[in-house]
Amino acid sequence: MFLSEGDLGAIVLTLELAGIVTAILLVLGTPIAWWLARTKSWLKGPLGAVVALPLVLPPSVLGFYLLLAMGPHGPVGHFTQWLGIGTLPFTFWGLVVASVFYSLPFMVQPVQNAFETIGDRPLEVAATLRASPIDTFFTVVLPLALPGFLTASILTFAHTVGEFGVVLMIGGNIPDETRVVSVQIYDHVEALAYGHAHRLSAVMLAFSFLVLLTLYAWRPNPKKH
Amino acid sequence: MKHLQALLFVCIAAVSSSALANKITIAAAADLKFAMDEIVTAFKRANPADRVDVIYGSSGKFNTQIREGAPYDLFFSADIAYPRELAKEGLAASEVKPYAVGRIVLWSASRDATKMTLASLADPKVARIAIANPKHAPYGKRAEEALRSAGVWDKVQPKLVYGENIAQTAQFVQSGNAQAGIIALSLAVNPELAAKGGYALISDALHSPLEQGYVITRRAAGNPLARRFADYMGGKPARAVMVKYGFVLPGESAAK
Repeated sequence: MFLSEGDLGAIVLTLELAGIVTAILLVLGTPIAWWLARTKSWLKGPLGAVVALPLVLPPSVLGFYLLLAMGPHGPVGHFTQWLGIGTLPFTFWGLVVASVFYSLPFMVQPVQNAFETIGDRPLEVAATLRASPIDTFFTVVLPLALPGFLTASILTFAHTVGEFGVVLMIGGNIPDETRVVSVQIYDHVEALAYGHAHRLSAVMLAFSFLVLLTLYAWRPNPKKH
Repeated sequence: MKHLQALLFVCIAAVSSSALANKITIAAAADLKFAMDEIVTAFKRANPADRVDVIYGSSGKFNTQIREGAPYDLFFSADIAYPRELAKEGLAASEVKPYAVGRIVLWSASRDATKMTLASLADPKVARIAIANPKHAPYGKRAEEALRSAGVWDKVQPKLVYGENIAQTAQFVQSGNAQAGIIALSLAVNPELAAKGGYALISDALHSPLEQGYVITRRAAGNPLARRFADYMGGKPARAVMVKYGFVLPGESAAK
């Protein structure tokens, strides 16, 4: 067998994580992107900066804060314990929460750009045709911004797959729960299992290249317009 | 041409003198965190001209890194098997020397661990138990052995979380994210950790001995400071620090 059972488990887990995070961010990120694209409020700058923070913050900073916040003495930890679901570190859903923060800019920024490119005109036209704002959003904005959504989703998915530092800090390396591919490779290397590390790394390399190839090959050339 | 030669000579002299300057980098197993910090501080006080940097991590990781040419001059491993492997492959500049025997303890930050045994880890109130990764951290391997010998492995295994090294394992427990953990005695006796919860020594009859050893790496073959530091480790002040942190030293019998 090319990959061991543990490797396959890590791949399935990683794909699940990335899929769920992308779905959540589509729902959460769209209104944020819409607001950022349309607002004239002074809050646009600060909020935009907060959204972009994970781009520049070391994952260890994010991991450290999340570990304390989601732990039994942290605010998020208090809340989840009150809900009766325990604490989030070392759980799959803990990774989901962490990844939502970690990948937030990869969803919001491309979608925001797409919204900004649409401009005011199509919205005004729709309004004169008596379309409600909700109507306008789903029948005018969404189709026009579709390429942005696709780019954002692919980037979010791929970026979540590539996550390592945060997972190492809050994951606890549990098989089929928090042991994602990047951590599994790290373990192989530390245990000198280079053969395993090579095979799994090759899979990651091929996957990442294909994702980016899809993105760049398919992305329409703006100059044609 | 003469000038060029002279310039070249100066450059080479500058480079090689900086290589000769008294500086070493030590890769030390994470269980040595507190003890080695103290030893290095004392060493620097006695030798103010020398520069000693220490990096802590899992012994398995250092073993891998040294094979790939990591710039470490001394390697203090929590498992003597790693430096022995390196020596066998010609990557060492000294014989492998045992420097201590480590012990593992059961530790908790939220409950009184002095009253706990390995069997109490099966208690449903203990939701998460941290151990170091048995795949490449010696303390993790011994923790797994102890849990198996105590006959509780099957019950506690679903609750285990794995630290990258023994220090991260302690941090998982300290932050309260794991209710208990099996960590190094040398970390548990640190006042900061000992103030919380307390610990219970795990019988060393339950696991194979944690024989720890160090080696001077091949790259430090010509570095006298590496040898001086190695000698210092065998001296009285360093041994006293090691004993203080609960290590059993070679040539001495265990206190208990």
